[in-house]
Amino acid sequence: MINKIWGFFIIVGIIFMLIFGRVTELNDTILTSATSGVNMILDLLPIIVLWSGIMKIAEKSGLLNSIGNFMKPVLSKLFPSLKKDSKALGYITSNIAANAMGLGSAATPFGLKAMEEMQKENKNKDTASDAMITFLVLNTSGVTIIPTTVIALRMMHGSSNPEEIIITAILATIAASFAGLTLDYIRRRKRK
Amino acid sequence: MSYLSKMIIPLFVLFVIFYGYKKKVLIYDSFLEGAKEGLITVFNIFPSILAMVFAINIFLNSNILETIFGVLTPILDKLSLPINILPMAFVRPISGTASLAIMNEIFVNFGPDSFVGRLASTIQGCTDTTIYVLALYFGSIKINKTRYALSTGLFADLIGIIASFIIVSLIF
Repeated sequence: MINKIWGFFIIVGIIFMLIFGRVTELNDTILTSATSGVNMILDLLPIIVLWSGIMKIAEKSGLLNSIGNFMKPVLSKLFPSLKKDSKALGYITSNIAANAMGLGSAATPFGLKAMEEMQKENKNKDTASDAMITFLVLNTSGVTIIPTTVIALRMMHGSSNPEEIIITAILATIAASFAGLTLDYIRRRKRK
Repeated sequence: MSYLSKMIIPLFVLFVIFYGYKKKVLIYDSFLEGAKEGLITVFNIFPSILAMVFAINIFLNSNILETIFGVLTPILDKLSLPINILPMAFVRPISGTASLAIMNEIFVNFGPDSFVGRLASTIQGCTDTTIYVLALYFGSIKINKTRYALSTGLFADLIGIIASFIIVSLIF
């Protein structure tokens, strides 16, 4: 999918500019985009390194686990088909907690473990279970408290208030998660 | 509201460091260990950032969107939306890097504090790459019948984008 879209952007863009005879501009765009890419990664580099350092402290001090335990009672209500002490639920809470803290790379292994555990209790091994779908809907609405990459790029482009989008992003996330979970609930019920 | 936003990062950093200190974690050493991992992360994502900036720049600079969706411009103008927000909303569920590159383009052209700059930031911050996550997680346990997972995930993304628009309009 990503291969097709990447190719689509380039092929369509180049053909379109050639048709309209904007060859000089096309050359400029191709040659300067590498520099733009380097500038963007340089904008991101300091904050990613700094934040990874701070988050390592959160991980090692057990803060991540405490947040997970704090969220567990709420999360268990969203997964009626999982037992309260199941391993799957433990991995789900760790995944959501890591995602919330912006630890994407730490979240993925927990998510994969959660899927593995849910697959053990799944009757049709090639079909998604109710709990899996709820988990993925919750996971993809992406509950990130501090979107560091967005803040870093805002800062580098001279925003007077780079962090002002934290609140709007949290509110939009809540709306998206709520909508996703509601639709998931309705569709799960409908089938029974 | 902006005061509240300003407090989140400092309080968060204070809390994490204090918690680590109290739990007798080697906070300085942990920081260095994490920072090193962060450096590797940046190194690893650099090729995909470069690839996406390359493709997105060609596509957006070609002005194809302005030409094809020109009819929509009066409506979008009324909402003070540049047309570049359309491809961003479209690629957000597929590739986080691609939408990040479009957001960066929007910052360059309109500034991060413009309406569309704030909207793009909120959209980027509020949702994850649904299609990628589904492919990765279902693929890992070999599930091919995903039932209503994709449509529900995309529905949540759509609501997230609409909510971003409403919230940014109301707050700023």
